[in-house]
Amino acid sequence: MRYVIIGNSVAACGCIEAIRKVDLQNPIVVISDEKYRVYSRPLISYYLAGKVDESKMYIRDEDYYEKNKVETMLGKRAVSVDFKNKEVVLGDGSKVKYDKLLIATGGKPFVPPTKGFELKNVFTFIKFDDVKAIDEAIKNGAKKATVIGAGLSGLKAAEALIKRGLEVTVVELANRILGSILDLEASKIVQAELEKHGIVFKLETSVDEIIGDGKVEKVRLKNDEVLDSDIVVFAIGVVPNIDFLKGTELKINRGIVVDDHMRTNIEDVYAAGDCAEGYDFVFEQQRVIPIWPNAYNQGETAGYNMAGAQKTFDRGFPMNSIGFFDVHMITAGIVMPNSDDVEVLVKHDKEKNSYRKIYIKNGRVLGFMFINSIDRAGMITNMIKEGLNVESIKHRLLDDDFGYLDLPKDLRQEKILGGAKA
Amino acid sequence: MAKKIFPKEEVCVGCHLCEVYCVYAHSKYKKPTVKAHELVKLYNKHKDSKPTPRILVEEKSGEWTTFALQCRHCDDAPCTKACITGAMKKLEDGRVICDEEKCVGCWSCIMACPHGAVRRGENKKAASKCDLCLELGEPACVKNCPNEALVIKEV
Repeated sequence: MRYVIIGNSVAACGCIEAIRKVDLQNPIVVISDEKYRVYSRPLISYYLAGKVDESKMYIRDEDYYEKNKVETMLGKRAVSVDFKNKEVVLGDGSKVKYDKLLIATGGKPFVPPTKGFELKNVFTFIKFDDVKAIDEAIKNGAKKATVIGAGLSGLKAAEALIKRGLEVTVVELANRILGSILDLEASKIVQAELEKHGIVFKLETSVDEIIGDGKVEKVRLKNDEVLDSDIVVFAIGVVPNIDFLKGTELKINRGIVVDDHMRTNIEDVYAAGDCAEGYDFVFEQQRVIPIWPNAYNQGETAGYNMAGAQKTFDRGFPMNSIGFFDVHMITAGIVMPNSDDVEVLVKHDKEKNSYRKIYIKNGRVLGFMFINSIDRAGMITNMIKEGLNVESIKHRLLDDDFGYLDLPKDLRQEKILGGAKA
Repeated sequence: MAKKIFPKEEVCVGCHLCEVYCVYAHSKYKKPTVKAHELVKLYNKHKDSKPTPRILVEEKSGEWTTFALQCRHCDDAPCTKACITGAMKKLEDGRVICDEEKCVGCWSCIMACPHGAVRRGENKKAASKCDLCLELGEPACVKNCPNEALVIKEV
């Protein structure tokens, strides 16, 4: 029995750790086109900001692969999979046979065709090498940056560049920042904080052209405004990194379609993480959920099933914890409901700069956005997951001191004394 | 077999001594034994960055019941799956611990913990949570509760 994983990030870890809970013997092979041992992509902005050094980028110890009997093929790209003969084909022509395969190739940056993209000092923002290259550009004197995309990674990039002393302009197509996790009202609170730290926002526009002689010198926006710029960072978003599988028998929608066992339509082939499209429990549809804990859970579920233990995961939904400078937010579920039968609860304390908005549907929490008052937010995340009926306590969910005492005694005791299960 | 601490809300008097001793137990100024006036001295040394207890006394205005809650050291700990640095991990002895040197304060663990047992630590730098004080032999909160409202059991 040979387990092969294409990919070497958090979904791969979940898979390895699950397999090794069941099967300590059979070999696991990890193939990755990056040369690094498993590291955290979310940490790349912390690296760029100077908050972590290279040693802290790695999410597992140096002996992780050895301890888990994992053979790694790093710096090797999988270019195709022969599903009939159960072989992964690498860029150098060699083939890796598998009995069970996990595809965990993650996401790749979405870059719209832009004139001037090939100029020096145009970057994407997803891999460790991306920030190492940006770091070089800064060391070589870059002073002004244009970040394209005011989403989660764009703003982390902007924050890091401000911390490195650059002038930063963020260009965004939507009418608000953080459109995937905040509504207009909440986004204004965060935008004000970011502007306080010097970030300039150009909303409802886009970069039409990057201009320069060999390297970036200016960008021209859709409204013809021209900004001086030494570097451009594309941070619009990610799409599943699965181009090499298109046109095969593998069922792909936006991502690789998987069931609640993480099985694809091909026997013995599984998918997990940012490349996969599993069931979104809150949106009630198959969706790519490019979120760290979802990737781990999907990888873990795939691993158990690959090793012969039955396991399902059908409670995936988006959740985010992110902060910039002094503002922090935790969001989960649906944050912009489009139906009328949703109740909205809001509490905005302007003095404390704290904000809570919760959506209730059919007596259950559908989603929430918490800014700054984030303590114990996981209790609410869990209410989404369990579908807890919160009708009798919903107004308390807006309070900082909401806790187990707000639940009836028997439910509270079951959760605390039941103990082991999360 | 992992050890877990369970609260007994029927006998908790809400004195918060568990929180006080938790701070003491995790302080770099702690000594093997402590007398009351030494506790105050220790607290004063932390004046510049108010320490966060890793145990939380739940109390609610108008409610008589109180009890103290800390990390449940879950078998399938969601915090370890949400952690982006690998700081949150389950050890072989069953404890879930946070490596505060590795932690960058992203608070994904706070987002994930269904018990709300993880808190933002001093200066909001790293996640702060119960580690069962195993180096001390017995958790400080269990040892110093005046009414035995915290018990430690093998489960």
